[in-house]
Amino acid sequence: MKLKTFRGGVHPEGHKELSKSLPVEAYLPKGDLIFPTNQHIGKPARPVVKKGDKVLAGQLLAEADGFVSANIICSCSGTVKAVEERHTISGSRATCVIVENDGQFTLASGVGKERREGTFSNKDILDAIKAAGIVGLGGAGFPTHVKLTSKNPEAIDYIIANGSECEPYITCDDVLMQRENRAIVEGLKLVLRLFPNAQGIIAIENNKPEAIQAMEAVCAGEKQVYVQQVLAKYPEGGERNLISVVTGRDLKFGQLPADVGCIVCNVSTLYAIYCAVYHSEPLMERYFTVSGDAIVHPRTMSVCIGTSCEELIHAAGGIKDGCTAKKVLCGGPMMGIAMSSLNVPISKNNNALTVLAEDPVEQAQTQMTACIRCGRCAHVCPIHLVPQMMAEAAQHGDLERYEQKLYGLDCIACGSCTYVCPAKRPLMQLFKQTKAAIMASKRK
Amino acid sequence: MQPILIATAAVAIIGLLIGLLLVTVGKKFKVETDPREAAVREALPGNNCGGCGYAGCDAMAAAIVSGQAPVNGCPVGGSAVAEKIARIMDVETVAAEKKAAFVKCSGDCEHAAAKSHYVGIEDCASALASGLSSKSCDYGCLGFGSCANVCGFGAICVVDGLARIDRSKCVACGKCVAVCPRHLIELVPKSAAFAVRCSNKDRGPAVKKVCSAGCIGCKLCEKQCENEAISVENNISHINYEKCAGCGKCAEKCPVKAIYLTFP
Repeated sequence: MKLKTFRGGVHPEGHKELSKSLPVEAYLPKGDLIFPTNQHIGKPARPVVKKGDKVLAGQLLAEADGFVSANIICSCSGTVKAVEERHTISGSRATCVIVENDGQFTLASGVGKERREGTFSNKDILDAIKAAGIVGLGGAGFPTHVKLTSKNPEAIDYIIANGSECEPYITCDDVLMQRENRAIVEGLKLVLRLFPNAQGIIAIENNKPEAIQAMEAVCAGEKQVYVQQVLAKYPEGGERNLISVVTGRDLKFGQLPADVGCIVCNVSTLYAIYCAVYHSEPLMERYFTVSGDAIVHPRTMSVCIGTSCEELIHAAGGIKDGCTAKKVLCGGPMMGIAMSSLNVPISKNNNALTVLAEDPVEQAQTQMTACIRCGRCAHVCPIHLVPQMMAEAAQHGDLERYEQKLYGLDCIACGSCTYVCPAKRPLMQLFKQTKAAIMASKRK
Repeated sequence: MQPILIATAAVAIIGLLIGLLLVTVGKKFKVETDPREAAVREALPGNNCGGCGYAGCDAMAAAIVSGQAPVNGCPVGGSAVAEKIARIMDVETVAAEKKAAFVKCSGDCEHAAAKSHYVGIEDCASALASGLSSKSCDYGCLGFGSCANVCGFGAICVVDGLARIDRSKCVACGKCVAVCPRHLIELVPKSAAFAVRCSNKDRGPAVKKVCSAGCIGCKLCEKQCENEAISVENNISHINYEKCAGCGKCAEKCPVKAIYLTFP
């Protein structure tokens, strides 16, 4: 059978075998935990604790400020050391709550209380998701309660569970699907309850046979939910591509998935929804991959949100002897953000750290030449843009052409163009920056 | 012979008609221009630097004649040009004070603590957006020379990871001020003798960690000044040039030696 896929895309080396086979451990942090208030898209949360307060695991540290915002939950027990500005993974500063960890992980009252099916309404589901501070755990960090609050729930035909983890090195969703297959399906069924006409599709790339097998086993008796295999290709897990591959519906310029009757949720988000609704467990932990060729024991762990990156690298055995970590990326090598300091906490929407012994960007920069107009970038662009022309417009500062004629704002910054460019031009960086400049001028 | 004559006549008649059309259109749609505009344009330096805030010298000349811009609005020309234009416009003027750009940072490779190695597009805004910068300071000069690239007068160069401005070459067009993503460049009067070479708004201990030449907000300068010209706000010292007498007591007392105008 020929598997479904989209036009364009690239095939970077996966390196997934490094971190997917080991048994999953829960890593309990020893040092202080830092909770940035901006772990989501939207307005930063408002801190509700102050210096000196005693806090427990599962307690609210900062509450959602407005509709498009999310709660921040403490993942350890201890004392609030400070509420101040700290550096976050992106290199910028944000207000953070710093908690001195007492190592006990005492749960707050009510956390872990079981809820049986049939004892809650649809509104209870949304309230539980909101209270748990769940955001899109695949990377975007869009508050989930906002995504699932629809004016017209009858118009949604498909809820797509995104298990197409296409970024190299990262295996946290793969491992999660193997271990928590039942919980993911239950989470998906909870979301389906909110949308009466919808069908649940779990989309998994064919390079994860164990995950497909595990998910198919629990979907066997289900009426509303089934597994859809898709071809392993980067960026198969991009929201737009996944929708077009699974349902054949294409998103036009400026359209949201709900406009074509689809909602895409990452499998980790569904797992978090399951935990929040059935076990009253707010979002404190997540599956996280620490991998890369400079790491001694690359692995996927269940980690507490707010743990410092330094501790996590240490938990994975640290850096190999005789090896210098030239590049540490938050995320994978395609879309990850290069980090300047390890003394920063991981947020809800971070899923991996990739530590590389060689910096591919540095190597590429020494070989950079002028654009040779070969058009390979346009060939691989999953959104069907023309990166070569976009780069030209961006370099000339012609933002109008970039936005109106070339639809540059639709760029998902997947980096496929940069990956194939034989002239080694830093296209994705240019697009990310130009997009940010246009968005900033629009806000004015 | 006859076809040649016909062709010649036809071309001549068409030429005559088009000529008539052009004359009528030219008269009917004539745009009135102030003769002073050309004269003002002639008096302006003609660099088209945009430092006045208008799109080049032509636009500036039109703005002056229509009264939208002051006659001394050209930062490049200074008093000489202002006087010439004032004579054309038949008004009195006081020449605007000549200014020059100044980078409010002294964190070169020697003073500022190193942070990370940035590779990518060689541009300050790109480096800032990536979150990677060569120095630990969140306020200081990034050193990729975006200001030097826009300067049309060759007044800026990056030495040791810090932009330096040759104040004698600077004409205060303000392009560097606009392009600096960290807003570090200020136009300081050419007559000024001192300026605070730091922009870090953090408290003293945090500044000390990232730069040995940063203003720690100790207020010693404020206490020294007899004219109340220097004040510390948001943990950063700043001089009010209208009040500054240029005595230099603040610079002398500054524990981190962050108050100086030009590099030795």
